[in-house]
Amino acid sequence: MSRAGTRAAPARADDQLRRERWLRVLSPIAALVLGVVAWDLVVRVNVLPPYVLPSPLLVLQTLFADWAILWRALLTTLAITFEGLILALAGGIGLAVLFNQSRAVEYSLYPYAVVLQVTPVVAIAPLLLIYLPQQVAVLACAWIVAFFPVLANTTLGLNSVDRNLLALFSLYGASRWRILVNLKLPAALPHMLGGLKIAGGLSLIGAVVAEIAAGSAGAGSGLAYRIVESGYRLNIPRMFAALILLSATGIAMFIALSALTHLLLRRWHESALVEEG
Amino acid sequence: MAQASAVTVASLRGVAKRFASGTRALGDLNLDVRQGEFLTLLGPSGCGKSTALRILAGLSEASDGVITWPDASARAAGAIGFVFQEPTLMPWANVFDNAYLPFRLAGTSRAQAAARVNAALDGVGLGDFADAYPRELSGGMKMRVSIARALATQPHLLLMDEPFAALDEISRFKLNNDLLALWQQRGTTVVFVTHSVFESVYLSNRIVVMTSRPGRVFAELTVDTPYPRSESFRTSAEYVAHCRRASQALVGAMAAGESA
Repeated sequence: MSRAGTRAAPARADDQLRRERWLRVLSPIAALVLGVVAWDLVVRVNVLPPYVLPSPLLVLQTLFADWAILWRALLTTLAITFEGLILALAGGIGLAVLFNQSRAVEYSLYPYAVVLQVTPVVAIAPLLLIYLPQQVAVLACAWIVAFFPVLANTTLGLNSVDRNLLALFSLYGASRWRILVNLKLPAALPHMLGGLKIAGGLSLIGAVVAEIAAGSAGAGSGLAYRIVESGYRLNIPRMFAALILLSATGIAMFIALSALTHLLLRRWHESALVEEG
Repeated sequence: MAQASAVTVASLRGVAKRFASGTRALGDLNLDVRQGEFLTLLGPSGCGKSTALRILAGLSEASDGVITWPDASARAAGAIGFVFQEPTLMPWANVFDNAYLPFRLAGTSRAQAAARVNAALDGVGLGDFADAYPRELSGGMKMRVSIARALATQPHLLLMDEPFAALDEISRFKLNNDLLALWQQRGTTVVFVTHSVFESVYLSNRIVVMTSRPGRVFAELTVDTPYPRSESFRTSAEYVAHCRRASQALVGAMAAGESA
């Protein structure tokens, strides 16, 4: 191969990589801009009143005008979501470890964890609202939907430990505690993080569903409550504004949890491997 | 220099193993492991040689028979090293931490163990890779880490279950040589399992050929070529003659296994 050839090839590959990266960033932005323009045109051409479909500009104006109300609502929803997620993480991992240590506990409790998961949370929420104070009920809903993916994934991770490594640990006389801390939990970490990523989105959904179920009875006013309230008042622009904030929250959580996963696994796990060459 | 002595490290008498599925992996295995020797269990797959090794390590219980250890300390944690067919490294831990594992499980602090862990890594030529993670290493290098981990505690007995079967020939030859060098330096007793006639002759001073269904000893061969053995041994007439004898024994063992 000639010298020119060897030098040109990586340069071309670099160019291609750069173009690919720009494409990945610009394509969704372009799609968004097109969508918003189309939305705006539909409103203008049909001269739709704001209570049928507000224009994107009006939604944006409402977002700023109602910022004080929406910001407080966002903080409430965020707090519930995070609390639900942390409880789900603690409960899911704790229960998975318990299941892993005792088959009897696993057999007696796992079916009910599944029942909790497959029963639609929308149907449970009204019942919880009867028996629990509203804040606690909303938190319980967020927890119920979020804990199962953590439990299921962590259980899978704890059970898929390399058998030979397990044999090696017992050869060196490791205690159950050592096996759990030094072998099973690190081996389960990628699965656990996968569960956490799903749980993040679900916790937000649980919080929103519970707030909507709480409806007008709601004293603590999260974003979902604001949406319901705005719906009753035909304040459609504010509904859209609150919805945008909810989506943004979901996206932010997904990005944050993906970053956390990458940070924890980048040195050793295949999923964090950057393809070279 | 390490050579076989008359002292027995472990002896198996009438050891049998029946799995829950009803498979008889071992039936009436009689075997003595002598101190300082390089003993190879050679046999077709399914002859129970790995099972025998796991029973020796205490990783599996014999269904029948007795295993005696004249020196009880030879069974203490850390006195037996085990190398599996796969490197069996913890992917989340770097090379140092992987080799440090036996010490960590024994409650020895990192600082106290550092010198011995580093010496073990130097011994397999990986002194510069202490901070690397397993996925950054080649198959042969991973196997070296696995060997370093097994040797770090300076075990009396090193058990190796087809450790080089998955490696390419060049890496395997190199590791064969390095393993022999380490064995000669340290005088550790080695029990090595393989299905390769060539590997068994090159490495060991005693070969036990096993037959299958159920696994038992079929023949025993002595390879009296003195150590150190090098690449020139691989091409010598003596090596070929030993290989022919071992091959014939293996063919006989397989025929005996089929007729049983």
